[in-house]
Amino acid sequence: MLILDRVGKTYPNGVHALEGVSLSVALGEIVAVVGGSGCGKSTMLRAIAGLDTPSRGRVALDGMTISAPHEKIGIIFQEPRLLPWLTVAGNVAFGIEHLPRQERDQRVTTALARVGLADKASAWPRELSGGQAQRVAIARALVPRPEVLLLDEPFSALDAFTRADLQDHLLALWADSKPTLILVTHDVDEAIALADRIMVMRPRPGRIFEEIAAGLPRPRDRRSDEFDTIRRQVLDSLDRSLNRAPGAATRERPAAYVSDTVDFACGTE
Amino acid sequence: MSVVESSVAGETAEFRQEQTRSLLDRFKRPALGLLLPVLAAIGWELAVRLGWSTGRLVPPPSVIRDTFLELAQGGELQHHALATLTRVAIGFGAGVAAGTIVGAITGYSGFMSRLLDPTLQALRAIPSIAWVPLFILWLGIFEASKVTLIAVGVFFPVYLGVMGAVASVDRKIVEVGRIFRLSGTQMVRRILLPAVLPSYVIALRSGLGLGWMFVVAAEFMGASQGLGYLLIDGQQLGKPAQIVTAIVAFAILGKITDWLIVAAAKPFLRWEDRFARHGAD
Repeated sequence: MLILDRVGKTYPNGVHALEGVSLSVALGEIVAVVGGSGCGKSTMLRAIAGLDTPSRGRVALDGMTISAPHEKIGIIFQEPRLLPWLTVAGNVAFGIEHLPRQERDQRVTTALARVGLADKASAWPRELSGGQAQRVAIARALVPRPEVLLLDEPFSALDAFTRADLQDHLLALWADSKPTLILVTHDVDEAIALADRIMVMRPRPGRIFEEIAAGLPRPRDRRSDEFDTIRRQVLDSLDRSLNRAPGAATRERPAAYVSDTVDFACGTE
Repeated sequence: MSVVESSVAGETAEFRQEQTRSLLDRFKRPALGLLLPVLAAIGWELAVRLGWSTGRLVPPPSVIRDTFLELAQGGELQHHALATLTRVAIGFGAGVAAGTIVGAITGYSGFMSRLLDPTLQALRAIPSIAWVPLFILWLGIFEASKVTLIAVGVFFPVYLGVMGAVASVDRKIVEVGRIFRLSGTQMVRRILLPAVLPSYVIALRSGLGLGWMFVVAAEFMGASQGLGYLLIDGQQLGKPAQIVTAIVAFAILGKITDWLIVAAAKPFLRWEDRFARHGAD
């Protein structure tokens, strides 16, 4: 069980990024966090990852306070962040150097096969496409078998086809060991396609505005009415979180555009 | 012959032509670069042979070659080259060690950079040859002052290169190390060292270049052996061929040592995504 207890963060430069965020996530749950840039989503994720320490409140995993990176918590960033001097296999093995060689090799081979890159094991990162690189990053985050996997807008830099493909891939991988997933995203459809619960955040300071249940049965059909109902719910909630007239987001964008990224100006960066 | 056949035959011929062309391309570039010096050498040789010039002050290539072989057969050239090489090696080693350590410290810590860098930059602004009289006063006329001068020359480019490289290691990559809970030494070995290696090699090469430059200055200030001594000796005794021989020896040694650094680093830099990868190879 991952628990955030009234977590707040004020950066040394005075930016009040996060205030009073409380959240508890059960093992194996998928939670999506939506909101525009500058709403404190990334700050929240970095606090859970132990990369930044919260100014107030605490983050705890199974009762243990998280104040530094923890072996049971993995993260996938917006960029693949592969080490260019290691091969694909070397990158995937980066976090499990301490394991015996045989075990390490076996886990790397399995993970690469699982993300469909078995033939790229000895390639250099520069030889990969953006989608392939992000798949390597996913494999690297998964091989230490984390209990919690954090995803910081992991597919936002990819084109729509690659993105949908990787979302399916991620779900398949998640089904292997069912870790807790916390997914920060701009993409409302991505949140609905993946998550059990959607947290809508509002800015200045970043805090949770509303929680929306999104537990449609899997696999989820993006063109179903149920999917559409939740989409409308989330978009309305986003509007209200920014004190805009309900429906503004849906009205401003043609239907095809709604599925794309929702870019709300949240001011504070 | 049918149309298809003839077109296939044409393609094969074209392919063969392409092959020879690419082979030509491979040698054309270096050959083109050699054209000017070779023409100049042949021209000068002819000019002297034909009696247009005595070649006394500017010896023709054949005389230089003879002097080179003569000095090499007597073992004299090797003796002087070894003396110079030893000085460069010791000075380069000391300069690289100091430059790497201080550069890594100032690159890593903002505080140390603010403390040390202004002083070092001020010292760097002094032409290193200006230290020569002081070094001779402090360390004497023999090896210590020479090696120190070379070390000072090597220090600054290495220091600058390492400091810049360490300071500009991508924070995002360092964060990957933090996520996987690397210790301080693991962070250095697995993230920082590989990340700075490409710029480090460049820093070493420019340091080595300065090392070769300063060994000449050091040997000008009174040496009884070394290639710099051969230069001075050739000037004082009016032997231009000996001077050119020493210069050629410098060029050969400088190129070989530079190539050694490049060759030693190459297996570690195969991953690089370089702009020049396709153009230069």
